[in-house]
Amino acid sequence: MNTPDNLKYAASHEWARLEADGSVTIGITDHAQEALGDIVFLELPAVGRTVKAGEECAVVESVKAASDIYSPVSGEVVEANQAAADAPESVNQDAYAAWLFRIKPADAGACATELGGLLGAEAYAATL
Amino acid sequence: MHAEHLSHALTELENRDEFIGRHIGPGEHAIAAMLASIGTDSLRTLIGETVPATIRLQRPLDLPAAMPEHAALAALKAVAAKNVLKKSLIGQGYYGTLTPPVILRNLFENPGWYTAYTPYQAEIAQGRLEALLNYQQMVVDLTGLEIANASLLDEATAAAEAMTMARRISKSKGNVFFVDEAAFPQTIDVIRTRAGFFGFDLVYGKPEEAHRHDLFGALFQYPNARGEIADLTTAIAEVKNKGGVVAVASDLMALVLLKSPGEMGADIALGSSQRFGVPMGFGGPHAAFFATREAHVRSMPGRIIGVSKDARGKTAYRMALQTREQHIRREKANSNICTSQVLLANIAGMYAVWHGPKGLRAIASRIHRLAALLAGALGVTGRDFFDSFELKVGAGETAKIMQAAVAAGYNLRRVDDETVGISVDETTTRDDVAALLKLFGHTGAPVEAHDAARPCAISVTLQRREPILAHPVFNTHHTEHGMLRYLKRLQNRDLALDHAMIPLGSCTMKLNAAAEMIPVSWPEFAQMHPFAPLDQAQGYVELITGLENQLKAITGFDAVCMQPNSGAQGEYAGLVSIRRFQEANGQGARNVCLIPKSAHGTNPATAQMCGLEVVAVACDDSGNVDVADLKTKAAQHAANLSCLMITYPSTHGVFEESVRDICAIVHAHGGQVAWTAPTSTPRSASAARPTSAPTSRTSTCTRPSPSRTAAAGRAWDRSGSRAISGLCAGLHPQPPLAGEGGPLPLQGGGREGDGVGLRRPLGLGVHPADLLDVHHHDGRRRPHARHRDRDTQRQLRRGETQGPLPGALQRQPGPRRPRVHPRRARHQGGDRRGRDRHRQAPDGLRLPRPDSELPGGRHADGRAHRVRGQGRARPLLRRDVQHPRRDPDDRDRRMDAGAKPAQARTAHRGRPDGRMDPALHARAGRVPAALGGRRTSSGRS
Repeated sequence: MNTPDNLKYAASHEWARLEADGSVTIGITDHAQEALGDIVFLELPAVGRTVKAGEECAVVESVKAASDIYSPVSGEVVEANQAAADAPESVNQDAYAAWLFRIKPADAGACATELGGLLGAEAYAATL
Repeated sequence: MHAEHLSHALTELENRDEFIGRHIGPGEHAIAAMLASIGTDSLRTLIGETVPATIRLQRPLDLPAAMPEHAALAALKAVAAKNVLKKSLIGQGYYGTLTPPVILRNLFENPGWYTAYTPYQAEIAQGRLEALLNYQQMVVDLTGLEIANASLLDEATAAAEAMTMARRISKSKGNVFFVDEAAFPQTIDVIRTRAGFFGFDLVYGKPEEAHRHDLFGALFQYPNARGEIADLTTAIAEVKNKGGVVAVASDLMALVLLKSPGEMGADIALGSSQRFGVPMGFGGPHAAFFATREAHVRSMPGRIIGVSKDARGKTAYRMALQTREQHIRREKANSNICTSQVLLANIAGMYAVWHGPKGLRAIASRIHRLAALLAGALGVTGRDFFDSFELKVGAGETAKIMQAAVAAGYNLRRVDDETVGISVDETTTRDDVAALLKLFGHTGAPVEAHDAARPCAISVTLQRREPILAHPVFNTHHTEHGMLRYLKRLQNRDLALDHAMIPLGSCTMKLNAAAEMIPVSWPEFAQMHPFAPLDQAQGYVELITGLENQLKAITGFDAVCMQPNSGAQGEYAGLVSIRRFQEANGQGARNVCLIPKSAHGTNPATAQMCGLEVVAVACDDSGNVDVADLKTKAAQHAANLSCLMITYPSTHGVFEESVRDICAIVHAHGGQVAWTAPTSTPRSASAARPTSAPTSRTSTCTRPSPSRTAAAGRAWDRSGSRAISGLCAGLHPQPPLAGEGGPLPLQGGGREGDGVGLRRPLGLGVHPADLLDVHHHDGRRRPHARHRDRDTQRQLRRGETQGPLPGALQRQPGPRRPRVHPRRARHQGGDRRGRDRHRQAPDGLRLPRPDSELPGGRHADGRAHRVRGQGRARPLLRRDVQHPRRDPDDRDRRMDAGAKPAQARTAHRGRPDGRMDPALHARAGRVPAALGGRRTSSGRS
């Protein structure tokens, strides 16, 4: 199972990447896309929406399920990946390239704690 | 030998119990063989092993004796005679209609159509899927919107669904939902009930006032309850400017002539399709239509039929977007609606196919002409209307006029002391108009004279400009033989109970006898308007009260509500009763609902609709409630515990031993128990009774009306009648039968009108032999048990468990018996080259093979399966995976390279002249992408 080392993982199968400008990019893991099957629709959060860590903010709909995506960090949604929304199958093709949305944390310190609470690649792979 | 009957007693020869045996099925020998194979010596012993002793009923049920079919029908005829049929010109969403006889006999009264189940298996449902797509296309055309679903339960609940959908899609932060003060009263009632639990603020008024409020949505009625029509374009635009979502409740027959809601800018259109050929039936069941814009499709409740491609690349139909439905999303579903009204929707769709655009325009124009003629002669002017208008009759004169009308054979609508309402429909004739004119004292010119001026009460600006029903299917089958053959061709594609059993369990486990279906078509039952005066409907009153009494006897409860017309609606009624009871006792703050993880998806979906917070209770591997977990959670939420929803027997078919303890735990913490019985109730009822549950929802399952049975495409019962204890009796939803002033109703059309109790009051079949059903599923593990997780109807969160099939009963562990035919046993455990390997499953049943064994599937290492025939001959399979041209991977490669699809070789190739119909459900020639059409290059459709 593909779990790149440079990402952080949530137990609920989201990955998070801290960007240089302090924002966090979030997507779903390869395991998640495989379990879901062919993805047909992405419902992404509205830009400008404030989310708390652990709050559901997106829905990934496949042919067999519609799964909620929980934000691993708190902050404001600054960007949603419209390209992925227009071509949901891209998430199946490469779950780590097809990010879903980007969050700008309100507080860098809190964000660091939240990211710290996530799993590393090995720990996540162990849960699978 | 031959003379043996000559020595039987007369009672035996009268054979009063004949129906029971014929209905149940297996004879003595079959029963004995089944008992032997599972190692039990009698049915009584089997019940003893299966139903826990603590809940077993020790005495027979207090129900009337059985009678043979002809006697039952004669008794029903006597009841029907107590219904007095007048021509009801009451309107308000229910209108007389002429069901085309070819549709009545070949669809409505045809087991091939009314015993079909929900089309989850698209391969064996293409017939009714096409019929539903015709229905959806008809709705799309008439409403002027882009996408329609395959029907909801009735107009009132459809309006409530539109309200919650508006909340989902609206960007407005306001909490007001605006309701047209001239919407149908039953629609307003249901919206009030639902809005209360969602916490929405309702404001009533005229459509043009809507935009003044801080609203997230609005409902307008067009034509409204007074019969008036008005151009809503401006009112709609103003609401949308404020971010509100507009739903327009409308009328299909009116829309044939009028400007459509879509053209006026509406986001949602809904209404009843009853007047397209479905009898009024004292209020139902009918199919409600619901249409919206493509952008909102994922928020739309209910089932949607979509277009896809089969393995050969040809057009095929299937249910689309099911991932939004309750069985998958559970408490996050758009709605708790599980079923739909397929049979009634198909009748309405076929009515449009039969008449076509020209025929419908003629009918609608005739209706309007007669109404305009009548109104003109009576001096009603100044308003636009389609088929209904109100008439001032002089102060205090209403009662006199209504009485005179009844004497002349007509029911008018009472508006107030000085106003009556009249609605014209398809069955109204010029003679009726003449009689009405005479009634009002206009003995002057004959009808012809009034017609000379071609009276019309629809302004030009409101007349429809867009064409309707341009698709060939609405312009082809206009002859008797054409329609007959079209219906038969579609029927031939479907598997229904007239072919074989459908081994899903529960809803598929019953077949209405012909004797039970016959009364449904009787005019005394079929043509009764739900708002006709009760003194004209005494036959129905007797039927309904009789059924209520029988349900009380079976369930042991104190009161029954007959209003819900589906299982999910029954759940809603149950939870509403509980919440009202608690509110009335100062405990309205209780808002936690415990639901076992194995529960059907409707349970959490319904709980969410009642404003309850769902807390899941763990289940063990067999789907039984984990009592320890229940104790913990009940204690944890004790202060706020409203109720527990329990399914008994469980969704795994188990009669849990601990049920009394479970109820006691919940009661101890101040909660109520909502008992959901799957459709096996009357069978288990003679053995067990939910007396420990203060409130329950019972699905009557034995012999409901066919409209209900087939309504969902399901063969069985959906009547979600609810029985409740005395505690809650005063607060349960009151159907109009109980009179004014009762608590708010849930459904638009009164109670499940026609024929729900047609058999029950006559006690045709509640008999210990019903226990035979207990016997059929003995908990044997079926072959390919590991593939049961493919059962998408029930997305039970079972993880890796491999419990028995849903509906299978668990017996106490007993001595094991060989379950596999000895001949087959040789081939178990490895040798896959047995002669019959590719044919039947080991136990002799024709079960679908798991994907890994179907042609086209492959072994784990990528090898294709080799399909063998007898000896070395290759069987002629439809999909011969070995053939290079038909190998699926190969075909995909060739298709990508631009080859044309292979020719079909089956008999059902389609039209002999090779013409292909344009895709159904196309709007401007394009199928919405959400339903399977092609996306444009930008990815947006």
